[in-house]
Amino acid sequence: MGKLQGRAFIFKDNVDTDQIYPGRYLELTDPKAIAAHAMEGADPTFAERMRPGDIIVAGRNFGCGSSREHAVIALKEAGVGAVLALSFGRIFYRNAINLGLPAIRLAAEPGVAEGDLLTIDLEEGTITLANGEVLTFAPFPPEIRKIIQGGGVIPLVKSEQGG
Amino acid sequence: MHAIEKILARAAGKDRVRAGEIVTAAVDLAEINDLYLQVIQSFEAMDGRAVWDPDKVAFVFDHYSPPPTPKAADNHRLMREFAAAQGITNLFDIDAGVCHQVMPEAGLVRPGMVLVATDSHTTTHGAFGAFATGVGATDLAVVLIRGTLWFVVPEVVKIELTGSLQRGTTAKDVVLRLLQEFKADGFVYKAIEYAGPALADFSIAERMVICNMAVEMGAKTTYIQPDHKVQEYLAARGIEDYPLDATDPDYEYAEVYEFDVSQVEPLLAAPHSVDNVHPVGEYAGTAINQAFIGTCTGGRLEDLEMAAQVLRGRKIPSGVRLVITPASREVFLKAIETGCIQDLVEAGATVTSPGCGPCIGIHQGMLGPGEVCISASSRNFPGRMGSPQAEIYVASPLTVAASALRGRITDPREVMEEGS
Ligand code: SF4
Repeated sequence: MGKLQGRAFIFKDNVDTDQIYPGRYLELTDPKAIAAHAMEGADPTFAERMRPGDIIVAGRNFGCGSSREHAVIALKEAGVGAVLALSFGRIFYRNAINLGLPAIRLAAEPGVAEGDLLTIDLEEGTITLANGEVLTFAPFPPEIRKIIQGGGVIPLVKSEQGG
Repeated sequence: MHAIEKILARAAGKDRVRAGEIVTAAVDLAEINDLYLQVIQSFEAMDGRAVWDPDKVAFVFDHYSPPPTPKAADNHRLMREFAAAQGITNLFDIDAGVCHQVMPEAGLVRPGMVLVATDSHTTTHGAFGAFATGVGATDLAVVLIRGTLWFVVPEVVKIELTGSLQRGTTAKDVVLRLLQEFKADGFVYKAIEYAGPALADFSIAERMVICNMAVEMGAKTTYIQPDHKVQEYLAARGIEDYPLDATDPDYEYAEVYEFDVSQVEPLLAAPHSVDNVHPVGEYAGTAINQAFIGTCTGGRLEDLEMAAQVLRGRKIPSGVRLVITPASREVFLKAIETGCIQDLVEAGATVTSPGCGPCIGIHQGMLGPGEVCISASSRNFPGRMGSPQAEIYVASPLTVAASALRGRITDPREVMEEGS
């Protein structure tokens, strides 16, 4: 868990998983093909405009709706560095942790504008805004920290399986 | 402790658990639907070899039934092969229907169990007193390997329903009323227990509707204390042996609300969010292109019967599409037997094979740009049923049928007064 830096892409409240990853692409199974449709239902230009490391800053209940893991795969493969939101749909949140995409709950509106450069320190639990202001977020509970530190649940469980 | 806590405590091998605690619980049933070849991919990425207990795993092919593309057909093939290789016999193929209808019908759901499925509407099974919740593909793959999963023990909110439904209103209108009040993020991470005298009057199908759409308020799970109706439903499927947990009298709910269902009128969720809820009358007259009755929310026998009640002996206008998707094969067969399928087809309906139908925008009744649909399903997110420029109104099967009959959004009480 180190530092992340990227530009902010702002989204509103209740961005559901149909917007993050439209249903008509659910049959795709190749992560690269999935990533091409990241956020397509909310902003069809997102996948083109974003650069690896960029950060999604959303309102309440980001990732509500269906349980599709494609939503997290799309963001992760597209290179989204982190998702900041006031709250998350719970299945999206679990999926994000499992796949090692930092999903960070903010206590209040962060006052960030589209394109602002943000620096996130996952270890310290801080977000440094473009104007130098520093926001803090609650550290992950130990069980979840273990998963994130292990790079997601896949390497963690794999290591338990033995040779 | 709450009954949900007792279920989790038993599954975690603990005497007590409390809200906020993270527990590792043994899973009694893990269901995978056909959107999630990713489960197998994650299982293999984790070097999974043998599934922990093949009898506790089920596959249901519902979203792509029958497969609309070669890729979907191939995903089914890979899942069938995986199931066969792992000795998983609970495989419900494309003839079966939506997982949340198929699993209880098959006798796989029982009180006191821990059930996870790769589908957000898994909250449905709280209607049977199960701890049931949706998970992603990789979580499910972890369950296939370990047989356990971590959960945060949820806070429980109690919603007491009193009064009785008025003519023209249904359980769907009740849950829309709750969405109007509590909004799409009202109960994120929490559990909802439904209780009260009105709830006791609700049929199993009606209870499944309000548990199903609890997830639209963000709920992690739901719970209804099993009563004689649940016991009879289970007994009819040969299930008699299960724990019956009860909430301790001194349990402190995080929140308690009371709703008088006799005050509920026909409601709809207008585009583009499930909590944009208004009386149907406010949108009366809006022209529709498609009406859809089906899904794990609104495709049960009772729903098809409601539609037939409105449409029997009548005809929908030309140019309006009425798509009917029975939730399951069992529902389909019963609806044929009762004659309601014939009534609906004669009225101009197009009946599809059991499954999710057009609910998730893959096939069987997708919407074009600018089209308007009124649907008995659960979600009206942009693009949910096809074009992001289409508009979806979510309402009860009665309202959907009445609107199909008129070709425009219609309060069902109007057409029920005329005819039946
Ligand atoms: S019917 Fe619709 S909501 Fe239900 S499981 Fe299928 S796609 Fe999901």
